[in-house]
Amino acid sequence: MTKRTRNWLLLAPAGTWFLVMLIIPLTVVFIFSFGERASSGGVELALTLEQYTNLPARWAAFKNTMTLAPLGTMAALLIAYPLAYFLAVKTTPRWKTILLVLVIVPFWTSILIRSYAWIFLLGGRGIPALFEWVGIEGLRLINTPFAVLVGIIYGYLPLMVFPIYVSLDKLDKRLLEASSDLGAKPWKTFLQITLPLSVPGIATGCMLVFILLMGEYLIPALLGGGKVFFVGNALVDLFLQSRNWAYGSAVAVTLVVVMLITVTIYMRLISRLGASREDVSIM
Amino acid sequence: MRLYAICVYLFLYIPIGVIALFSFNAGRHASQLQGFSTKWYGKALSNPFVMDALETSLVVAFCSALFASVFGTMAAVALQGIRGPVRATFDLLIYVAVMIPGIVIGIATLIGLVTVFDQLNPLIAAIWPDGFKPPKLRMGIGSLIAAHTMFLMALVVIIVRARLAGMDRALTEASSDLYATPMGTFRQVTLPMIFPAILAGFLLSFTFSFDDFIIAFFVAGSETTLPIYVFSSIRRGVTPEINAIGTMVMGVSLLLLITAQLLLQRGGKKSR
Repeated sequence: MTKRTRNWLLLAPAGTWFLVMLIIPLTVVFIFSFGERASSGGVELALTLEQYTNLPARWAAFKNTMTLAPLGTMAALLIAYPLAYFLAVKTTPRWKTILLVLVIVPFWTSILIRSYAWIFLLGGRGIPALFEWVGIEGLRLINTPFAVLVGIIYGYLPLMVFPIYVSLDKLDKRLLEASSDLGAKPWKTFLQITLPLSVPGIATGCMLVFILLMGEYLIPALLGGGKVFFVGNALVDLFLQSRNWAYGSAVAVTLVVVMLITVTIYMRLISRLGASREDVSIM
Repeated sequence: MRLYAICVYLFLYIPIGVIALFSFNAGRHASQLQGFSTKWYGKALSNPFVMDALETSLVVAFCSALFASVFGTMAAVALQGIRGPVRATFDLLIYVAVMIPGIVIGIATLIGLVTVFDQLNPLIAAIWPDGFKPPKLRMGIGSLIAAHTMFLMALVVIIVRARLAGMDRALTEASSDLYATPMGTFRQVTLPMIFPAILAGFLLSFTFSFDDFIIAFFVAGSETTLPIYVFSSIRRGVTPEINAIGTMVMGVSLLLLITAQLLLQRGGKKSR
């Protein structure tokens, strides 16, 4: 057996699997998005843009996703950064491992159960009951955008901490010493050295969280109570309840396209930021 | 700074802790603590719907993790020695599999398979010998395993490839210089070195499949996995039984995760 045949044999199962379970299904979605809803409930193949011109009917879902996903990403970043900084710069190696594992563990436990925990905490007998106890009454938290935001931060915080931690951990600590030896105030050292050097970590973390948030369904479904819905919730409705496959396919294709465009623009911005910083450092 | 870190850790762990705490609650009501009891665990474990869902979840997680680790490792090993368009295609496929939101993978699998099945079923019925009931392809445990395997294969390729890239090439070269066959080199040099990564990939895949809700929600057909069961129960209201199930699920994930982590670390140290 030549090396070539061997490699082909090794790649065959994975290749076939990707073809049948990824390429063909995605192609079907793409084709269906140009089709028409059949009276039987399926899709009649056609070449019409009707489904795409109907997209504004689901504008609210896109609007919610495109506001709460960036907002959630920013909020997660703001909370994650100081923690990542603490883990990378201020802890002893012994504690570092334990604390890092403690950050990752929640991410690998069921997001369903973790979101469910917040139904419990934000519901009538949870945090609002505590507020009532100190005299603030009538506080409603569950089924609000705030609840969804809390769920998002809670669910994706670990994913944000990790890449930022990695970039801060690689940072040469002598730079920080040099900066303070040269008389820079701590905040100046942070703004001019630490923050710029951690941009790659911030970029990775934000992108990971943002991509996952774009397709989010569970958190708004559980904590938004039907009032705060994402594109994901619209998709579940279209495919599993109203069974409008053609329109649903158009929404799904649009979601992926919007995601790709956002990520591409974002990558451009980040690489430009990186490039301009290099220019500065050369000067 | 330290205070801040403590606050964030509290934020991360209080909700999990509350669930675990209330799962041992003796009271009927989900929101008032009334003494210690393990009765909700007993109740959950004797609920036939829960046990059915658990069985489905375990079968799906085991099969898809197994297929994903075997085929994913095969692909990773082959890709190691390949350049050019084939390599680029696979890189793209893995990138797409990981990038596309789970919900879109679920949808695509659902309508893709249903469409293919609709074409195949009459065909099978036509060629099936008369007098026998022809099998009918439909969504269910098979489509669940197939969909999970696709996604997890990409994950395993990424993990195993990272391990292969960290391996000292001199070792495989030495092995072939000493006249070992390619298969011999693989079995005696490569495999022992990447084995921890494969096993870690298996465990992570298992956890992922076991916890997955969104893909299963679309492709499970009439089957119910544990996350689907939990989701539909939550919709009907918060009960202590769900707390008990949730605590058990988190416990199992935790165990698998720690094992995977230890394996990856040990593997990393050995090759250095």
